[in-house]
Amino acid sequence: MVIEANDKEKPSFARIDAIVHKHNVEPGAVISILQEIQDTFGYIPPVAIQRIANNINTPASEIFGIVTFYARFRLQPQGKNLIKVCHGTACHLGGAEMVAERLAQVTGAKEGETSQDNVFTVERVACLGCCSLAPCIMLNSEAYGRLTPEAIDKIVTQIRKKEVPTSVG
Amino acid sequence: MERDKSWLIKIGLAACGIAAGGRKVYEALSTQLQNKGLDMKLKRTGCMGMCYNEVLVEVSSPQNGRTFYGRVTPEKVDRIINEHLIGGKPVTEWIIPDKEINSFLAKQKRIVLRNCGVIDPESIDDYLAADGYKAIDKVLRSMSPQEVISEVTNSGLRGRGGAGFPTGIKWGFARKSPGRQKYIICNADEGDPGAFMDRSVLESDPHSVIEGMLIAGYAVGASEGYIYVRAEYPFAVQRLEVALAQARKAGFIGNSILGYDFDFNIKIRQGAGAFVCGEETALIMSLEGRRGMPRFRPPFPAQSGLWGKPTTINNVETLANIPWIIRHGAETYNKYGTEKSRGTKVFALAGKIARGGLIEVPMGITLREIVFDIGGGTSTGLEFKAIQIGGPSGGVIPASLADTPIDYESVTNTGAIMGSGGLIVMDASSCMIDIAKFFLNFTQAESCGKCTFCRIGTLRMLEVLQRITEGNGKEGDIELLEELALNVKRASLCGLGQTAPNPVLTTIRYFRDEYEAHIYEKKCPAKKCHALITYEVIPEKCPGCGLCVKYCPTGAISGEKKKPYVIDNEKCIRCGLCMKVCRLDAISVH
Repeated sequence: MVIEANDKEKPSFARIDAIVHKHNVEPGAVISILQEIQDTFGYIPPVAIQRIANNINTPASEIFGIVTFYARFRLQPQGKNLIKVCHGTACHLGGAEMVAERLAQVTGAKEGETSQDNVFTVERVACLGCCSLAPCIMLNSEAYGRLTPEAIDKIVTQIRKKEVPTSVG
Repeated sequence: MERDKSWLIKIGLAACGIAAGGRKVYEALSTQLQNKGLDMKLKRTGCMGMCYNEVLVEVSSPQNGRTFYGRVTPEKVDRIINEHLIGGKPVTEWIIPDKEINSFLAKQKRIVLRNCGVIDPESIDDYLAADGYKAIDKVLRSMSPQEVISEVTNSGLRGRGGAGFPTGIKWGFARKSPGRQKYIICNADEGDPGAFMDRSVLESDPHSVIEGMLIAGYAVGASEGYIYVRAEYPFAVQRLEVALAQARKAGFIGNSILGYDFDFNIKIRQGAGAFVCGEETALIMSLEGRRGMPRFRPPFPAQSGLWGKPTTINNVETLANIPWIIRHGAETYNKYGTEKSRGTKVFALAGKIARGGLIEVPMGITLREIVFDIGGGTSTGLEFKAIQIGGPSGGVIPASLADTPIDYESVTNTGAIMGSGGLIVMDASSCMIDIAKFFLNFTQAESCGKCTFCRIGTLRMLEVLQRITEGNGKEGDIELLEELALNVKRASLCGLGQTAPNPVLTTIRYFRDEYEAHIYEKKCPAKKCHALITYEVIPEKCPGCGLCVKYCPTGAISGEKKKPYVIDNEKCIRCGLCMKVCRLDAISVH
């Protein structure tokens, strides 16, 4: 099993500016900018909002409004591994709550939280589209289906083995 | 080794196949073929449709025909290669029986899915070999834009995103709108939970969608296109990027396409997780870099869309139909389906169904045929209770109406809507109030908040459903739900609010007795609602192994090893983990 952890960069003005200038060649680029900011740093750092605002001449409040409108944007840093728990219809019927419950137990992070050791962030998503394999999760960018409590334990243990816990900070 | 070469091994690697472990199987196949010095063709393909059997591997040769292996694991690869590919004898216990494949496919007609699971989605040569880009060639060579629009209108194709508006007419509006700059948008913001048609098409046959966009662009006079894809589909985005680069290189995208006076460029934009952006005016807002909030129509996007320019927005499935229609002609297409709903429809069949997957059926087929002939009945062996169609905007159709034909009008008459193609089968263990609450919870959270009735009305409805499932339902709650539902439908601007009450209304209409059981008897007949059930250990069956104790999140199970355990109802949160892990079925629910 290949599991790649998301090692994210520390936010810097130079990097933020570079991202803004890469996308800002055409109108309506704010969302693309925010997406790359999040992919790079793991979240939207508050300093980035003001910086983007200055760069593209848009009120920071408007950018903040966009960040909070779209579910994908997160204002808190993300753990090294992102687990998205699917709560689509098929997964709901197939035991998504059971999956979330077990994940919370073994990762130490409930949905919407990051674990103390910063190894996991667990998120709730509407549907991953793997309905025939319900219940399923997405770990970083790989989907895992037909989950049982045992299978969840296995996936989490495998990551834990690879990760030397780092302190939050 | 001359004989080796005739074998072709195909493996389904769309997101479902990968989620089931397809990459590991692919690696195992590739390594072992190499180690054994076998010169056989191993090919990656998209979704083969039989998702319930993932990981799927198809082995074929001109002499031996096709054999499908289901639920393949890396451990199974060695025997398949040794016994089947070298020895010539299929591993019978792992193959999917012909009878099963035939019943799954017999009633299907694959137009949109023509290449899915057949070609390598990352190879433009494969697409070209399957008559790809012949339709755009035909259009540019021999048809006027008006002729293209007439052909699509005559085919009877209606928008597959849910609303069912005739595609040709939509194109005609945009064509007639004045202005030099026009846009084509492919709506790939497939947000309905329980729907994965568009994802599968994008991952399995991205070029067909691109070709559809090119034809649409020529027809309405647009030179730029956007594909707006959901953020949750990273793999679809990746395949689209590969396909776009290939098409650009081959001269199908860019300026003076194929040497004709037609320019067209396509860009990909990723959504950021807002269901309402599937609504066309909200989608446009999002593309313009704003909060995705729907606006009043008219003006329709055909008159004033992206950046105020005439814009045509078509769904993925609609566009994937177009090249086929152009190549085979409107007359061939409209032979399928019913008088008002022509052609085929792709459905994502999931839930408590034995053979779930991606299916494409002629319009007019009945729900019964889909559930039993194609889907093989319920997966649990329990009685088929209802089918949910159209996701959060749709409704629940009970088993008693299973003979309803699938066409836009008949489905609407049941109180549901066709929607984009999610079909969720439910059995006797599915609670109808729970499912109504599930969908309303979704739409309530996804309401953009612009219209008061959608923002607050859905919340009030959700609160009522919440108290019903918690055992605190009151007399008059059903009527209250009906009244609120009507108001939310009437006073909402866009489709989200106008259809959000449908799951509640249809469950009340067909399963009123279940609502009454929750309200008056404080019982959940499907044994699903946490507050109305209790878990118990069956002492005669419990060997005292302690596995359930290990999994119980609240420490509610106690007892001595090798003696029956006991569940403390005060501590139990009814998560059901114990029942799920117990290997001896020693836990019951009341």
